[in-house]
Amino acid sequence: MFEAIAFYTFSAITIVMFTITVMSKNALYSMSALAAGMIIISGFFFLLDADFLGVVQIIVYTGAVMALYAFGMMFFDTTREVKESIRAPKLVFLLSGMSALLLVIALVAPIVSDHIEPLYPVVEGVENPQAVGIVLFTKYLVPFEVAAVMLLVAMISGIILAGKKMDKSLTLKTDGEDEFQNGGSK
Amino acid sequence: MITLSHYLILTAILFCIGLVGVYRRKNLLLLLFSTEILLNAVNVGFAAISKFYADLSGQMFAFFIVAVAASEVAVGLGLFIVWYKRRGTLDVDSMQSMHG
Repeated sequence: MFEAIAFYTFSAITIVMFTITVMSKNALYSMSALAAGMIIISGFFFLLDADFLGVVQIIVYTGAVMALYAFGMMFFDTTREVKESIRAPKLVFLLSGMSALLLVIALVAPIVSDHIEPLYPVVEGVENPQAVGIVLFTKYLVPFEVAAVMLLVAMISGIILAGKKMDKSLTLKTDGEDEFQNGGSK
Repeated sequence: MITLSHYLILTAILFCIGLVGVYRRKNLLLLLFSTEILLNAVNVGFAAISKFYADLSGQMFAFFIVAVAASEVAVGLGLFIVWYKRRGTLDVDSMQSMHG
């Protein structure tokens, strides 16, 4: 009963939030709605007994990714309304509808065949984070390490791409600052 | 009683919202937001399959998707900052240097 109430409440909030994210013209509203939706998504993970995944969702998505977006948006002019010229609105909805149909077929297909057997069954008598750790560090150790290397590469590339000419301000430039920059850097 | 179908239908709805965003957004930053929605929708689906088939593989894939999403955001934002410094706009239509 409580599961059903929680599920429907969370679904309604998530759908509304993500719709705001997709439809809003203000980038700041869009980002806030996305962050709220991410938090609510973690509620689904707690409902699904995936405690560790829920905590990771809050920490990584809402804590790291959305904070990164928030800091990244300081570089862009986000106070203006986003101007978007959509040339063929009918085509957009046609394409979305066809993708949705394909998606439904793709999702229904394995349920119809009904031959799914668990590859790594949930360990009995063990809490979810422990079970996740057992599988992650035995069966999925190599992908885990590759993911670590990938994150390192992404971090270095992010620093190098964003860090060039960091000493020059894009928006604020007063005379005093200019002189200071010319005097300060070489 | 909430079954697997409920979760899969929710996943499909969220994925379609993200798809609409990918189709209609012209601003690069907001396009990246839409891809985040896509990834999150799929994560919910994986977690649901993981629960209803008592299999931990789904959660594993969800973890790797989270890792991919984090690195995607880092690289993507770095590229956007470089682009914004050059052109002063994040509109997709401004990326027409080839005039094909």
